Amino acid sequence: MPLSRLSSPFLSGTNRITLQMLQLLVALIPAVIALVYFFGPSVLITMLLATTVALIAEAVMLKFRNRPIKPFITDGSAIVTAVLLAIALPPLAPWWLTTIGILFAIVFAKHLYGGLGYNPFNPAMVAYVLLLVSFPLEMTTWLPAVSLNAQPLDFASTLQIIFNGPLANSIDTVSGATPLDAMKTQIGLMQLPSQIIQQPLFNGIAGLGWQWVNICLAIGGLFLIVRRVISWHIPVAMLLGLVSINAIVWLISPETTASPLFHLLSGGTMLGAFFIATDPITASTTVKGRLVFGAGVGILTYIIRVWGGYPDGVAFAVLIMNMLVPLIDYYTQPRVYGEVTK
Amino acid sequence: MAQNKLGTFPGGLKLAGHKHRSTQEAIQKAPLSKQLILPLQQHIGAASTPIVAVGDKVLKGQKIARADGHVSVYLHAPSSGTVSAIDDQPIPHPSGLSALCITIDTDGEDRWIERAPISDITTLSEHEIRQLIREAGIVGLGGAGFPSYIKLNPGVHHHVETLILNGVECEPYITCDDMLMRERAQGILDGLEIMQYALRVKNTVIAIEDNKPEAIAAMELALASRANIKNTNVVAVPTRYPAGSEKQLIQVVTGKQVPSKGLPLDLGIVCHNIGTTYAIGRAINNGEPLISRIVTVTGKNVKKPGNFETLLGTPMHELLAFCDTDRKADDPFILGGPMMGYNLSGDHLPVTKTANCILVGVDDGAPASTPMPCIRCGDCAEACPASLLPQQLYWHARAKDLEKTQEYNLFDCIECGCCSYVCPSKIPLVHYFRFAKTETMTQQLETQKSDIARVRHENRLSRHELEKQEKEERQRQRKLALAATKAAKEKEAAQSPESGKED
Repeated sequence: MPLSRLSSPFLSGTNRITLQMLQLLVALIPAVIALVYFFGPSVLITMLLATTVALIAEAVMLKFRNRPIKPFITDGSAIVTAVLLAIALPPLAPWWLTTIGILFAIVFAKHLYGGLGYNPFNPAMVAYVLLLVSFPLEMTTWLPAVSLNAQPLDFASTLQIIFNGPLANSIDTVSGATPLDAMKTQIGLMQLPSQIIQQPLFNGIAGLGWQWVNICLAIGGLFLIVRRVISWHIPVAMLLGLVSINAIVWLISPETTASPLFHLLSGGTMLGAFFIATDPITASTTVKGRLVFGAGVGILTYIIRVWGGYPDGVAFAVLIMNMLVPLIDYYTQPRVYGEVTK
Repeated sequence: MAQNKLGTFPGGLKLAGHKHRSTQEAIQKAPLSKQLILPLQQHIGAASTPIVAVGDKVLKGQKIARADGHVSVYLHAPSSGTVSAIDDQPIPHPSGLSALCITIDTDGEDRWIERAPISDITTLSEHEIRQLIREAGIVGLGGAGFPSYIKLNPGVHHHVETLILNGVECEPYITCDDMLMRERAQGILDGLEIMQYALRVKNTVIAIEDNKPEAIAAMELALASRANIKNTNVVAVPTRYPAGSEKQLIQVVTGKQVPSKGLPLDLGIVCHNIGTTYAIGRAINNGEPLISRIVTVTGKNVKKPGNFETLLGTPMHELLAFCDTDRKADDPFILGGPMMGYNLSGDHLPVTKTANCILVGVDDGAPASTPMPCIRCGDCAEACPASLLPQQLYWHARAKDLEKTQEYNLFDCIECGCCSYVCPSKIPLVHYFRFAKTETMTQQLETQKSDIARVRHENRLSRHELEKQEKEERQRQRKLALAATKAAKEKEAAQSPESGKED
């Protein structure tokens, strides 16, 4: 007799890991559409490549570890890791970059730690950071939004760039700095944020294309909260953490930082808040712990963006807070029913 | 008294009730079985001691086993007949155990022993009432089976403010209390009057889940006709599992939490089940001991589900046949509800005092899938009505780190099953917690035993040491005495050499 029928409860809810992962993918659809609209079809190719590599790596690792392949390959977790990394990678990321990242995520960050449920660090972010540290050039040059590009790329040339390297004579026209990067560099050159933001790259708010991708991610995130796939605690705490420290600095010296709105809608903020920091395996599990964890990610993201060496800080912030999870969970245990408060 | 604002407990679940199935027909009498098997332990505490022998003729309602010790109750013959065996029989138990049972071959006459109804309870003291309830064999009929007379005795240090009659019946499928309230509301109030008298309570709350409008209406109607029952309210409790669990119900009704490791009595509250209340009424007002109970027989594979007034000891297969049941070997066959009941090892087991429901096949049962790893989603903690962290408990229980499970308050777990129900990885969490609890209790027992053994051993060593010393002391004394006599003799010999020569 299977364990699930050996003792009560004999009823079971409809919730399944696969179902949660599926809803997560659905929630990403608006953002993917926005990415394609603003930055071309590259993200679709990268997603497909990443997913394929992820599933193969997952199957091979399960085989090596003598685990049943079917239940684990169908749980959807490898696909989610692949899709999240694909969205985080710059458009036109060469195929080897994507492949290295995914292999590292699945093999090292996930399976070598014990597979699903046992990895202390978010696999997609581990891969992202590995790539960022190892290949800074490829990881920080982004396509400008399609409308800013003199020669928008069609599907065929996108495919060719990803798998064959840059087209001759067009490299400069297709790559540039991200709004976060540009903001940081220009503030470093003593320009005022209020003026920098007037450039066409920023579209007045947080970057042409970027702001819409972030808004779409937030919409997907709200869907996940409504569907109870994630709880509101981590996203709200992270966004509040980011906004509050940003607002304080901004009020004290507006010439050294962009506005909270810029940081909210630029870079990986919304992806981090709703899809990365909320990864249950690597985040805090208690209610209070989730608030602490989320706030920590938000504050660290801002600190790294403004005073750190990298333009965006979400990945580092998440990994640092991942390390603190056992500690946070230990000190934020809820009061047990009927327990007298000391 | 206006309905107070209701409190709420943490966690809990909205579950499909499936109660409709067994409430279509009125309560029916189950047929008299040829043989009744009565386990001597149908309650928490010490098993009763038989006071009949094989071959004895017994009458319906006659005592056949007496209470043994403080936490124990009497047992009665549910029908007239002959005691045919007193031996080990399989009993309903999660592990399919056998235990000592009295078997009665019924004679079909169903002849009552002479009963002694009490028309005016005020002629009796509280103590006498409790004694009568104990002798009537009444235990908590909600499932736990704790002797009721103890829960009617607050003791000298406590004062009972509120009596809560638990008619919540929050588990899916079970409807025996619901039907009892619909059909026998007056009988329940009879019992309530006796309890109020024995406990001297200030006020009473009859708590019923709001998915039972018929029962609520019936109880309110009955209450309106009884002017002598004062300060008593029917309260509709929002339907949310496990609202019927004692501690959770108290929080809903009073807004207060029973202290961890404490009793409701610490808050001046006593809870009794609806079925128990009815049984107490019958026992005092009609002189009928607890020899039958209402059993819900329901489930996917029961063609004529319903509620049956069943004599204790009736073999389940007879009841199932009466309900036209098609039991499949692979389907769940459960005593109690689908959330907290347990698997039965077979259908030749007797109906006992705590058998509220026999469930044959559930509609949306747990799939037979292998559990996936925990993904730390925290849904279990959100669902836990005791605000525990099931996921951490699971982690430590699986590692057999029993001390850590204690640190995470394992024994505050009420085994309601909410965590297992919501788990997306389908981990049988409660199964692990039961295991950890049993292991811990076994360890504590072992420690106790080894403590006793150690003390014994130390006593033995010191006793031996003492004996050795005494022995040495005796030897020394003897040697001294010997030396003394020897010296005396030598002295004597020296004084009278003649006598020495004689030697």
